Amino acid sequence: MNGVHDMGGMHGMGPIQHEKNEPVFHEPWEGRVYALTRVVRAGGGRQNLDNSRHQLELMPPDQYLRMSYYERWFTRLIDQLLKNGVVTQAELESGHAASNSPKATPPISADMVPAMVTRRSSARRDAPVDPRFKVGQRVRARNINPTGHTRLPRYARGKTGVIVRDHGVFLFPDTNAAFLGEKPQHVYSVRFTARELWGNDASPRDSVHLDMWDDYLERA
Amino acid sequence: MAKSKNRVGRRGFLKGAAASAAALAAESHMSATQEHHDHDHQAVPSDVALRVKALESVLVEKGFVDRAALDAIVDAYETKVGPRNGARVVARAWADPAYKKRLLTDATAAIAELGYMGGQGEDMIVLENGPKLHNLVVCTLCSCYPWPVLGLPPVWYKSAAYRSRAVIDPRGVLREFGVELPEDAEIRVWDSTAELRYMVLPERPAGTEKMTEEALAELVTRDSMVGVGKVAPPKPGGSK
Repeated sequence: MNGVHDMGGMHGMGPIQHEKNEPVFHEPWEGRVYALTRVVRAGGGRQNLDNSRHQLELMPPDQYLRMSYYERWFTRLIDQLLKNGVVTQAELESGHAASNSPKATPPISADMVPAMVTRRSSARRDAPVDPRFKVGQRVRARNINPTGHTRLPRYARGKTGVIVRDHGVFLFPDTNAAFLGEKPQHVYSVRFTARELWGNDASPRDSVHLDMWDDYLERA
Repeated sequence: MAKSKNRVGRRGFLKGAAASAAALAAESHMSATQEHHDHDHQAVPSDVALRVKALESVLVEKGFVDRAALDAIVDAYETKVGPRNGARVVARAWADPAYKKRLLTDATAAIAELGYMGGQGEDMIVLENGPKLHNLVVCTLCSCYPWPVLGLPPVWYKSAAYRSRAVIDPRGVLREFGVELPEDAEIRVWDSTAELRYMVLPERPAGTEKMTEEALAELVTRDSMVGVGKVAPPKPGGSK
């Protein structure tokens, strides 16, 4: 979707605020939101990383920009838990589980955390899918404007680049986010010159590399 | 700061408490992009802190969440999974040419040799910086970042300011970080649009030839592994 999250190339976002010796979490609640999200994610159900990203993109733009990172995560988490009926509005307000609510078993206990942290859950797929493009080939990023999730940023659409690497086969986020299947396909590193993306005022030496799925590309 | 209306409620996907939580959360903090974290105000817990606590209590009572597991996750990312891991990878690459070669050809496996692996680091790529080539990593669409080697991303990396400008004005961004590149240097920006995760192998500074791998790792900064900084030579009289 053409949301405010798709920020590459925008102006007016201000200077970069670099904080010296920045803590991992600025407040304890940020760490709790991070950990709660990881645990809920480990609990399974109808969810995946692409859909999860899309939930953030669906936030109204003024809220997206106003909230801090973990406020967005918290909002997404509550939304998901309410939607899936894991918690109710009344429970959130009281801070207690309803007296009649069934008792579950936590998916993650403390002794499982080290393994959870190092567990790999790659989006790479071992599917026999042929690549549509070759390294060295010139390609154009398709001019698509899907209203759902996509990882093709606006600033690259319609632009021409060169395939510099074939990363192999990965699940496709556009369909996966909508629970429409993994549609595994090749992902390539595509090099776009800064001038192709931003015009002749850009440095003639610089470039931007984007990772792009087969479905984002056409022959140039 | 008070806002009488919450606009989230208009959206179908956010309802009820989610909407009010969102609106209240939004009020309790400034924007992520321009935020100056002011920690003097924390004598009274912020509203969002109370709401998070309430959610945690409900989930614990229902048996969905084990509090000790939450503590262990926070502890892991505060004390174990962080940029010191990446620094050790960099130092090994500087000290061991064969390792460096493996790192640049199969980063995921080479990084796993040092025991670092896991979520958001499943498919790693390492990019080598040199005097005439500077690689810079960003995620314009969200906050993709190589957790196993660098930990969770800093606020600036997730900010609108960095995400918007890194691709269109990398030289300006680098200048803000104190890195001035010669005109004839090439900049390659890597936008993490897929599940590949990028780490920069910064240039080894002069005057470090006799340093041990451990001492080298001490020099390596997180910023240098994102590509917004360079590794400074050791201070005279500093550790060997």
